Amino acid sequence: MKSFLTLGPLLFNWDIKKIREFYFKIADEAPIECVYLGEIVCSKRAPFLEPVLQELTERLKQAGKEVIYSTSVLIESDKELENSRTRVQAWANGLVEANDMAAIHFLLGKPHCIGPYINVYNEEALLYLTEQGAIRVTLPFELPQTSIAALSQAQNRANLELQVFGRQPLAISARCAHARAYGLHKHNCQLICGQDLDGMAVLTLNQQPFLVVNGLQTLSYTYCNLIRELTELQNLGVSYFRLSPHHTHMVEVAHVFRNVLDQKYEGEEGYRRLQALLPEASFSNGFYKSEAGYVNRGKG
Amino acid sequence: MCVPTQSAETRKYIKLFIQSAIVMNTPSLELVCPAGTPAALKDAVDHGADAVYVGFRNETNARNFPGLNFSADELAEGITYAHAKSCKVFVAINTFARAGASHLWHQALFDAERLKVDAVILADLGLLHYCHRTYPNLRKHLSVQASASNVESIRFYQKAFNVKRMVLPRVLTVSEIANIYHKTHAELEVFAFGGLCVMAEGRCALSSYATGKSPNTSGVCSPASHVHYEKQGEKLISKLGEFTINVFESHESAGYPTLCKGRFIANGKPLYLFEEPVSLNTISILDKLKAAGVCAIKIEGRQRGRAYVAEVVRSFRAALDNPEGSLLIPATQLSTISEGQTETVGSYERGWR
Repeated sequence: MKSFLTLGPLLFNWDIKKIREFYFKIADEAPIECVYLGEIVCSKRAPFLEPVLQELTERLKQAGKEVIYSTSVLIESDKELENSRTRVQAWANGLVEANDMAAIHFLLGKPHCIGPYINVYNEEALLYLTEQGAIRVTLPFELPQTSIAALSQAQNRANLELQVFGRQPLAISARCAHARAYGLHKHNCQLICGQDLDGMAVLTLNQQPFLVVNGLQTLSYTYCNLIRELTELQNLGVSYFRLSPHHTHMVEVAHVFRNVLDQKYEGEEGYRRLQALLPEASFSNGFYKSEAGYVNRGKG
Repeated sequence: MCVPTQSAETRKYIKLFIQSAIVMNTPSLELVCPAGTPAALKDAVDHGADAVYVGFRNETNARNFPGLNFSADELAEGITYAHAKSCKVFVAINTFARAGASHLWHQALFDAERLKVDAVILADLGLLHYCHRTYPNLRKHLSVQASASNVESIRFYQKAFNVKRMVLPRVLTVSEIANIYHKTHAELEVFAFGGLCVMAEGRCALSSYATGKSPNTSGVCSPASHVHYEKQGEKLISKLGEFTINVFESHESAGYPTLCKGRFIANGKPLYLFEEPVSLNTISILDKLKAAGVCAIKIEGRQRGRAYVAEVVRSFRAALDNPEGSLLIPATQLSTISEGQTETVGSYERGWR
């Protein structure tokens, strides 16, 4: 089975100049087959991405990449709901990835993708969504290997995708902790989250790095890194491998993953190369290993 | 003849007034109370619960704590006791079935149907689908763990699985709730008192990031098995797994280290980043919730003791039965038993966000 490398939606609030440069570089240089676009964390940021969405899409498609529109994680107001509906209906470039039940309702009966924010924990949920038109399902972040194995054995026509690189989204709130930390209110937040390109570090009171906050979203401080588990995941039947965009050498990161998927070198060698590329990052694979998410376990 | 014309604004207010009047004349809010044990069930029933909600003693429910919950036999007795006093019994089967182990969740549904519970409270798509096909006559409520936060999501659950009642996530304002009611006419149940989730429920893996156990996978959040306290001079440190969740000076009262109520350093300074250790109390806005179209209010706390259940149920019963509304409620009594002893109406007011 062929293995595809994908780039998940950008979670952080980068300025448009940086976003354009980032995706142009991805288009030109990254061995990635599919890119997810869309502001999924905060509806206040969406108007900034909107004007360049089509340009980015065309650029990526010209480079031979599939482009999928990714919807909001948390929809509350009717305005957010209608914006989401309009964007989904206006998307004429291919598939849409649903990250909320409302988006699934818009997409019923049409081929679509299910994002990792939809709770697909078991075979029945997977089969139900497949019957409704899901053709690719990105599994929730906290699923262990045992669940992934069981899901991949379900009589299922949808392809399975899993995030294998990047900080892991852990929670979403109606309240903005990012604004709160800067003494601001959500309704007058000045889009302060734009200051922290990979999220705002959250330390424990004894200075231990713990989480990062990205607007309404809370992520892991550690970077999920499943490069040593890639071959096992391929054997289980997972065929799409998601990298989550960070303010780092993403093109080089993609090459390392591509090389391990293509068995140019082993996962352990890939892991060493990622350590060299991101010397400041702590990696984790705890969720996959049925442990606390922050844990990082080698072989044996 | 001259007919006075009404401005659009006036018409809007007349419409709202009529709607509110209709709502206010409908039966009182249903009081849905927690019962972590058979004894707590009896207390809740005796003190005036309209319904109690319970869970089986395993990972199928989101309060899977040691020493809590019901065996099938205990539930049968509890149902007999509650029904004799016209109190309904809802069973929460509201975790997400583990892949390869769905039989455990199916057994819970089988028992719930067999024992003739009044409703099951579900969150998992797979389980909703299974229940809808297998027990079409078993009344389904959507758990807060499904986090249905908008009109379209609620329509989906109504249409796909014939879910009758939605327990709304604790992220919505009163006006958003009113809008949802207006557009879906679903039975809406909201949390009225107790622990307050800051994050969208059922979509939070903070606890499993720190401990390996989360509400979705194990039915626990910040589990006691991973909590410990360390004394450091005059200070008391509360930890969850490897992580310090709070440090208390000698003059501060120490609380349980629920992850999202911890004190952390962000932007260079220590603060309660997500939420202070507060407790939800909506007793002052029950009329607003009712006017918004809410039909039932839920007390959180299946893990809390009998004294808590008795006191909270009695207070809310008094509030609901008093036609003067919430002004005569023994709020002071309530505040002494809430978690952290500080209260908030949470997201129901927009300023919380």
